[in-house]
Amino acid sequence: MKVTMTVNGESVTGEVEPRLLLVHFIRDNLGLTGTHWGCDTSNCGTCVLWMDGKPVKSCTVLAVMADGREVRTVEDLEGAAGLDPVQEGFMQEHGLQCGFCTPGMMMTARWLLDRSPDPTEAEIREAISGQICRCTGYENIVRAVRWAATHQPQGAVQ
Amino acid sequence: MQTPAPFEYSRASSVESALALLERYGPDTRLIAGGHSLLPMMKLRLARPERLVDINDIPDLDHIRLDGGEIAIGAMARHADLLASPLLGRNLPIFADAERVIADPIVRNRGTIGGSLCQGDPAEDLAAVVCALGAELVVRSSGGSRRVPAREFYQGPFETVLGPSEMLTEVRIPLRPGQGSAYEKVERRTGDWAVAAVGCCVTLDGDRISQVGIGLAAVNARQFAAPEAEARLMGRPPSSDDLATAAQLAAEHSRPQTDQRGPQEYKRYLVAELTKRSLVRAVDRARAGGLGA
Repeated sequence: MKVTMTVNGESVTGEVEPRLLLVHFIRDNLGLTGTHWGCDTSNCGTCVLWMDGKPVKSCTVLAVMADGREVRTVEDLEGAAGLDPVQEGFMQEHGLQCGFCTPGMMMTARWLLDRSPDPTEAEIREAISGQICRCTGYENIVRAVRWAATHQPQGAVQ
Repeated sequence: MQTPAPFEYSRASSVESALALLERYGPDTRLIAGGHSLLPMMKLRLARPERLVDINDIPDLDHIRLDGGEIAIGAMARHADLLASPLLGRNLPIFADAERVIADPIVRNRGTIGGSLCQGDPAEDLAAVVCALGAELVVRSSGGSRRVPAREFYQGPFETVLGPSEMLTEVRIPLRPGQGSAYEKVERRTGDWAVAAVGCCVTLDGDRISQVGIGLAAVNARQFAAPEAEARLMGRPPSSDDLATAAQLAAEHSRPQTDQRGPQEYKRYLVAELTKRSLVRAVDRARAGGLGA
């Protein structure tokens, strides 16, 4: 089937089997490998990207279901003014070690900060509760999101 | 890599077009809403439909509104919508109680009430919620529509009364003055299915219980309900002795099975404890005017 969607502001088209998952379309057909592919069972959250403005687990969305919709991936976080504060925060606060969960964590963090610019630690933990990190014990991820909250204006991409 | 077996894919633009596609392609066609139950089952080959009809484009099927003394919830209302709804928060706090512990915030952005109810998972929290509330489910076919009481909707695990060319379009819940509701769940970790969960809805007329519904999830209760416990409470004041007795009745009549989430005895203990806690909270909320505490 032919699918056409907007990915990071650009219209893309592909010919796919209906059973192709969105995560594989993004990574394999478009070469956008920032979005990671993890558990395949909507548990780990490393495949989180935005569809029509909301974070979703792209291992549990068919590429054909994204036809006509707007997708935003981690590659779009960096804007003309530089890195998104969320990206800076993960660097400053050591919010990753192996980096596998990071793209999903950052996409969720950006969405949280867009809706709630000054989140409490509890709100951050709730927001990322569908995502698994085996390195940091989450402490530094929470700090990274808090860092971003206190450095919002610089390089923010909306 | 988990990938579903091959299938065909169509999109419906209206309820009528979804029904027409179901009729045209026959019983091996499945509607797909959020897809967070169906796609995992297809990856595991536990479900193998020949065609999916995507209903995400159908407009006006995600409402949550007051309509003629009932709250009407469209089948495509997402879990996140149910959790955020001020109308439900004010009148039926059982929804927010349950939604806070259904999956995780990202999954709740996709999963829908209609998909959850039609999946018929024995551990489905919303099935226990609608059975506690005495909701009715509006089922459409090309021949018209019918309203099915939630407790008559389920025929067994993963089995509903829906015919192959029928579609759940709306959930309707009666609003009663003096109503209070609550949901209590124990899960192994955040976002997991329940080890056991209980939802209660209590209506007080003066200080007597004029209506009560108790819904049970994950403990193999017939129709997700505890009718013996409900009968014990009807027409009487909600004394702590009565609530405790009703909680014991709910536990005795539940039929939990030992599995990786725990032994039967533990789950039965949970049913009693969670029934008591949710009854107490529902009664408190009824006394406070149905507001969420």
